[in-house]
Amino acid sequence: MKKLMTGDEAIARGVFEAGVKFAAAYPGTPSTEILENLSEIDREYLVAEWAPNEKVALESAIGASVAGARSFASMKHVGLNVAADPFFTASYSGVNGGLVLITADEPGQFSSQNEQDNRNMARAAFVPMFEPADSQECKDMVKEAYKISEEHDTPVILRMTTRVCHSKGLVEIEEREEVGIKKWEKQPLKYVMVPANAKVRKQHVFKRMNDLKEFSNNCKWNFAEYYDTKIGVVVSGDCYLYAKEVFGEEASYLKVGFSNPLPDELFKDFAAKVDMIYVIEENDPIMETHLKSLGIECHGKDVFPSHGEMIPEVIRKSIKGEEIPIFDEAKDVMINRAPTFCAGCPHRGFFYTLGKRKGIMISGDIGCYTLGYGAPYNAMDMTLCMGASISMGHGAAQVFSMDEEQDVRVVSVIGDSTFFHSGINSLFDVIYNNSNTVTCILDNRITGMTGQQQNPGTGFTAQGQETNEIDIEGLVRAMGVKNIRRINPNNLDEVNEALDWALALDEPSVIITWWPCALKVQSEEDKKNFPGSFQNKYRVDQDICIGCKKCTTTGCPAISFDKEKRKSSIDINKCVGCSVCAQVCPVKAIGKVGE
Amino acid sequence: MTKNVLLTGIGGQGTITASKLLTIGLMSAGYDVKMSEVHGMSQREGQVLTHLRYGDKVYSPVVPMGEADIIMGFEELEVLRNIDYLKPDGVVVLNTARFNPIGVLSGKDTYPENTKELIEKRAGKVYSFDATAEAQKLGNPKVMNIILLGTIIKSMQLEDIDWDKIIEENVKPQFVELNKEALKIGKSLV
Ligand SMILES: Cc1ncc(C[n+]2csc(CCOP(=O)(O)OP(=O)(O)O)c2C)c(N)n1
Ligand code: SF4
Ligand code: SF4
Repeated sequence: MKKLMTGDEAIARGVFEAGVKFAAAYPGTPSTEILENLSEIDREYLVAEWAPNEKVALESAIGASVAGARSFASMKHVGLNVAADPFFTASYSGVNGGLVLITADEPGQFSSQNEQDNRNMARAAFVPMFEPADSQECKDMVKEAYKISEEHDTPVILRMTTRVCHSKGLVEIEEREEVGIKKWEKQPLKYVMVPANAKVRKQHVFKRMNDLKEFSNNCKWNFAEYYDTKIGVVVSGDCYLYAKEVFGEEASYLKVGFSNPLPDELFKDFAAKVDMIYVIEENDPIMETHLKSLGIECHGKDVFPSHGEMIPEVIRKSIKGEEIPIFDEAKDVMINRAPTFCAGCPHRGFFYTLGKRKGIMISGDIGCYTLGYGAPYNAMDMTLCMGASISMGHGAAQVFSMDEEQDVRVVSVIGDSTFFHSGINSLFDVIYNNSNTVTCILDNRITGMTGQQQNPGTGFTAQGQETNEIDIEGLVRAMGVKNIRRINPNNLDEVNEALDWALALDEPSVIITWWPCALKVQSEEDKKNFPGSFQNKYRVDQDICIGCKKCTTTGCPAISFDKEKRKSSIDINKCVGCSVCAQVCPVKAIGKVGE
Repeated sequence: MTKNVLLTGIGGQGTITASKLLTIGLMSAGYDVKMSEVHGMSQREGQVLTHLRYGDKVYSPVVPMGEADIIMGFEELEVLRNIDYLKPDGVVVLNTARFNPIGVLSGKDTYPENTKELIEKRAGKVYSFDATAEAQKLGNPKVMNIILLGTIIKSMQLEDIDWDKIIEENVKPQFVELNKEALKIGKSLV
């Protein structure tokens, strides 16, 4: 049977068919849906977990592999930075049950803070890599990866890209192969990576990568297709599909699906049969550099850009100079559709208030709340990577406290999921090294940005069981923070008071905002904790409204301003009754419907 | 020959259901189909752009710029934003109901008055109507997407496919009749 599947769905299906028993991930676009799909599978086949971060996800998968099960981890490209430590050394210790991990790279940076090419990571860690081009290959390669993993005693990594993750193609569905759980035996020389053992294992790593060269040259994942031989195109991943679209039968192809180690013999053979070579690869010139190291002349980044996707129009423009005609008249009138906090988002009241403060540096983090950076809030001065808000803020505060010239205090803001991810380590730093930063943990009871994933603070597992819930307030107290306040971020006075209170202190403080994400499907516990939330509607009394537009500066998409009538109004279908606009209206024109 | 369809709109407008039904129909007719979706972030009301390609054998899942045969437009501004995808003689099926971005709502930006005229100027053929109002007449503004689907089916000459059956098999029972009705209206608007 064939089914239309995204790459992410196909990976999940492949993991299931390969008999995997344990999967862990931390969400991150575009890889999130892999674990979401796995979490729908019954626990009797497979345990699927959200880990607090990627390092933990990979380490738990490594442990599961050592215990004898086929195991799996997935993450977005920057997640592999977080997981780099176990990744580099698991390459030495190898596996018992097969171990496969996914890196979902983002050529074009649709929703990421950078555009790193994780093919570099596979090479640096000596870990074999596959690069699927479409959904069918996703499923086939993940299954093959388990074989390679077990035959060669190695973790194996698949490099996906946004387009591969989120495109749909037809996939042949097969049965699950029950491979069972291998017996665990004590093997400290293999699994205890003290220097003496690791040195020995390093020899295994070299041997395995050497053995895999033969596989790379002969496997079905790397192949040549000969048509016109005036042009030869060397491609990996989805670039194959784009190149085919552009050249059709006017070029020959060498498609690389297994890319670490690269197939030297195939390259040499191909080079001998074609007149000239283009290397089309997304991001870094990895295959290009390799071909050149083999003495093969080729064109790569001298022709194609080093950033973005190598989609057909990019290839055409690079090679043939073909420009896409642009309809300028549309460009002239075009306006932005900027992302905004949803109506009723608990971050709105908080950032509305925070942005009004003078004399503070706001150290931000990654999540929906990063939207606090833009207009109308303008409430973020730096954002780098997950967890960094609190530690960057700490460093800045230490400097400001030394500098008599600048009277600046630091407020660090971080989401609940991001706090559990790595912000918690940074807060240790604040407490231990004692800076007066104000840490604001924006607890909206879910992981919002990546689409509503449970996390250690929500009380539910990925597979939907009720579980232990980590209480941020109790946790922070136990860590040694003496000054803690939990507030309702929709209450602007409460936010202001809490900020005044914290900024008057000369020691670490934590403010926890506590209100659910407007898109969260509330649990019974949420309903108890937030009675009446999202039940009300607000309206603008047109007779009282003076047209000052103050309410629109909350950035709520339920509010619109009529330029002709010079009055605001609220879309009753969008309003969920957070009351923030009513609090900012200077003439009390906004009130609850029915009051 | 590969045919290229682009669906463009706002999260929550039903682009995903429309593309799903269209794809199932095309598959049932034996076509190879590839689809690719680019959406904004998780917040409500973000931009959604779906690429759908079908033919005997489809490689790339992305519609190349300047090669879309048809744009299924759920929102005028989003169609205009993506108009460079359209072939010079390409067709646009356009829902004229507007969905204001935050900048317009807050009175900072002005929604361009002449979006429809510009689309008409650039496209080969435009079928435009207020699909949201048409759906409202049927008692449920949500079936706007199925009305547009009907128009697409008709204008792409895909009527040999048994769409009623596809609706029956893929839509919740209580909505089947409503969807069939919406499809019929969409077809009649060509
Ligand atoms: C290392 C890393 N992993 C994952 C991501 C993807 N990511 C961005 S924000 C986010 C979650 C934010 O959730 P939370 O902190 O709860 O804030 P919310 O979006 O709910 O406001 C994730 C997983 C990332 N950018 N970097
Ligand atoms: S998804 Fe939730 S956290 Fe994100 S903007 Fe919407 S309401 Fe806020
Ligand atoms: S109460 Fe005001 S700010 Fe809150 S959701 Fe309704 S319109 Fe938006």
